Amino acid sequence: MSAASTAEPAFVAKTKTGRFTDFVDSRVGGSGILREFGRKVFPDHWSFMFGEVALYSFVILLLSGTFLTFFFDPSMAETHYDGSYVPLKGVEMSVAYNSSLNISFDVRGGLFMRQVHHWAALLFVASIAVHMLRVFFTGAFRRPREMNWVVGSVLLILAMAAGFTGYSLPDDLLSGNGLRIIDGVIKSIPVIGTYISFFLFGGEFPGTAIISRLYMLHILLVPALILLMIVLHLFMVVVHKHTQYPGPGRNDNNVVGYPLGPVYAAKAGGFFFIVFGVLALMAAFFTINPIWNYGPYDPSPVSAGTQPDWYIGFVDGALRLMPGTFGDWHVEQVWFGHVFTFNVLLPALVPAGILFTVMFAYPWIERWITKDDREHHVLDRPRNAPTRTGIGVAGFIWYCVMWAAAGSDLIATHFHVSLNDVTYWLRALFFVGPIIGFIVAKRVALALQRKDREIALHGRETGRIVRLPHGEFIEVHAPLDEYKRYKLVGFESPQVLPAVPNEHGVVTRKEKRRAALSKWFFEDRVAPATPAELEAAHGHGHAAVEAPEESKSLSH
Amino acid sequence: MGNHSDGSPNHSGTVATAGQNEVEKFQDPGIPPHRLRLADTDPKAAKRAERQVALLFGISVVGTLIFLVAYFAIDLGDDSSIATIRLQNALLGVGTAFAMLGIGTGIVHWAKALMPDHEVSEERHAIRHEEDRQAAVRIVDDIVEETGIKRRPLIRNTLLGAVALAPLPAVAIFGDLGPRPDDKLAHTMWAPQDGKLKRLARDPDGTPIKASDVTIGSAFHVIPEGLNELHEGKLNEKAKAVVLLMRLDPASLNPSPGREEWGYNGIVAYSKICTHVGCPVALYEQQTHHLLCPCHQSTFDLTQECKVIFGPASRPLPQLPIAVDDEGYLVATSDFHEPVGPSYWERDSHERSINS
Repeated sequence: MSAASTAEPAFVAKTKTGRFTDFVDSRVGGSGILREFGRKVFPDHWSFMFGEVALYSFVILLLSGTFLTFFFDPSMAETHYDGSYVPLKGVEMSVAYNSSLNISFDVRGGLFMRQVHHWAALLFVASIAVHMLRVFFTGAFRRPREMNWVVGSVLLILAMAAGFTGYSLPDDLLSGNGLRIIDGVIKSIPVIGTYISFFLFGGEFPGTAIISRLYMLHILLVPALILLMIVLHLFMVVVHKHTQYPGPGRNDNNVVGYPLGPVYAAKAGGFFFIVFGVLALMAAFFTINPIWNYGPYDPSPVSAGTQPDWYIGFVDGALRLMPGTFGDWHVEQVWFGHVFTFNVLLPALVPAGILFTVMFAYPWIERWITKDDREHHVLDRPRNAPTRTGIGVAGFIWYCVMWAAAGSDLIATHFHVSLNDVTYWLRALFFVGPIIGFIVAKRVALALQRKDREIALHGRETGRIVRLPHGEFIEVHAPLDEYKRYKLVGFESPQVLPAVPNEHGVVTRKEKRRAALSKWFFEDRVAPATPAELEAAHGHGHAAVEAPEESKSLSH
Repeated sequence: MGNHSDGSPNHSGTVATAGQNEVEKFQDPGIPPHRLRLADTDPKAAKRAERQVALLFGISVVGTLIFLVAYFAIDLGDDSSIATIRLQNALLGVGTAFAMLGIGTGIVHWAKALMPDHEVSEERHAIRHEEDRQAAVRIVDDIVEETGIKRRPLIRNTLLGAVALAPLPAVAIFGDLGPRPDDKLAHTMWAPQDGKLKRLARDPDGTPIKASDVTIGSAFHVIPEGLNELHEGKLNEKAKAVVLLMRLDPASLNPSPGREEWGYNGIVAYSKICTHVGCPVALYEQQTHHLLCPCHQSTFDLTQECKVIFGPASRPLPQLPIAVDDEGYLVATSDFHEPVGPSYWERDSHERSINS
């Protein structure tokens, strides 16, 4: 590339395209970048797609959102509808709602773009959530990726913020009610709540400022932050290189997969079009947020069965679950002449606070308990980390109980049960559900590990029944080839790490606590099968299936 | 969970660290041998895959055409019906879907069937080299040394102080985002104006309600008279002033002392704004005399002055004292005796100042 070198004559491209490429390359140094990344290896697995779906949904959100901004007017000034949707003709409404209706009915393709935008927003948050579950359950957040886990968690929060600010823009009855609830929650904040509410709404609710303020956040501030976080996220993916699932030939020192060019780039690039196509189909056939049915925002009416977008549901559900009174005792308390609205404050802040705090801190929590500070590039199969899997399922169930509570009225009407009973059951599940989930998931993971051991040592069931000379029937098991077997045995099963004294020879209380947690983490464990055990299993000859020693060592 | 036997060969209970089980593990057999695909061995299959990819790209072209035809051929006009819009929306969507899925599936099929599918292995490199770290430390030390910030604490401390204070204007400048709340939340439009009591009017048309119109078992959505004539802040006032009016058998109401005169002939009026987070309590169960908020299912009992009997609300709905004027219309004798809607920090002091 260096034109200054005297030894070689300067490169001259033969074709027009070549000359153009050379012009750019010799000015920006593209060759070096291509040399570094053109054949970079990416591991392949279907579960790695969720992050891609999130990224592509965001691109589609930017494209469809830009279109919508050309027609949307975020003003809350009053106007009378004069568009082509007859039932609302002449109705007094805000300019924002008016322009949303015009996008739906009078701009060709406007309804399509609105629906693509809304579906893409729902998919964006959903794919981030599923991607994070994948990362959690496979332990991909461990060193060196803890910080990228934090960036991803920030992205989840930003995605929810983007969704909520967008949900409120059309200024229809539904979105106005959403804002009303937010206002009520804000007012419950001690000391500064009333002021925050007045500052946000530019005075009393609903005022005339909120839509244009949310619009600025929705189209400028939040997307810019999301973009920044995505850049950070992908930068770290490049620095760390992608994780890979365990299997033959894969270890923490290599990365096995397809080269970026052409296979991986083609698959990933093609996948963008597939995500776009699927969203287009959804926008074509499934109506989302039919704002014309709800009418303009009015503080007086509300339709039964009002729902927030799915990702806000867990907060709304928590609000529903919290009892406001216990008998004659009011949860809302007046202390020293000031109001503490615990019946709103607790459900709005505490569950979400716990969820997000644990989520952000989890890589460090696990690192402290296990004292595992090594780099991990090979993922855990969820069954091979039973306690972590249990914790993840517990959190997931806790979230789902709150989420289901946001639809308690729909559950009641749909299944013809009492609304109060649904609430009582969900209140109980709020506390019991995660515990049951933890126990069941951990037991299932341990059972699957034992199953893996069984298969690794005795082969897979063939379904072929053979009668032995002495009359006994056995099922023939086919041994695994070494590649398949390695997948089942190639994992670590750490043991409990007892408390160790520090440099002064003292076992600190913190260390004792850590040791107790380590016991909780690792005392139930299934060790990977070893060659010696395989030898022993084969030593029993064809009667391996009955092998009493093995069943003893596996008994639990 | 009594027996924690795990089948581990060295189950001795001695100190074990992660990865300590290095004794006799299975050896990694390496990447499995590559298996050829049909298209790798059979030229016909490869040709077939090529045609399939081209067909998918062709489908994409068709999709683009469908989109353009739907866009230009369907005229929304001035009074387009829902059916026309639905048709256009469906065709635009189908067109886009074909256009995108054609390209996407075509490329993926191309990659899977025809591009090399050899898995390759690449070495990972250390994220940080010790040599680099030492060099970086040296550079930072040099920079710090050259600034002299360690030797000149006066500069350091004044800079820290200045930088700590400098963002304050950036916070202060948002002071005009909204007005001070003062006691705005404590008052509604129901307060009598110039000695004239406000009539109760129907929501949304604003016609006043006669006591004789309110039959037992009926319910009215009510706004204060004159609300619709407001030019500014109409929704703000409405968000505080909306009321539900119901008539029950007077015997079933149990007014507390001091509130006996707040109703008229079994007609009572309660704020429609939920004391939880402010949704309209829009559902009236006539049989049970319960009011239900559709947002979070707080339930209020009319026969107990709208006490909370279920759900997340903690306070009863505020009652609007009403009477009948000379012409037989229902009027509010005063504003609410407490702030309506969701609770807020200063609410209790506002309530005390209203009643003092």
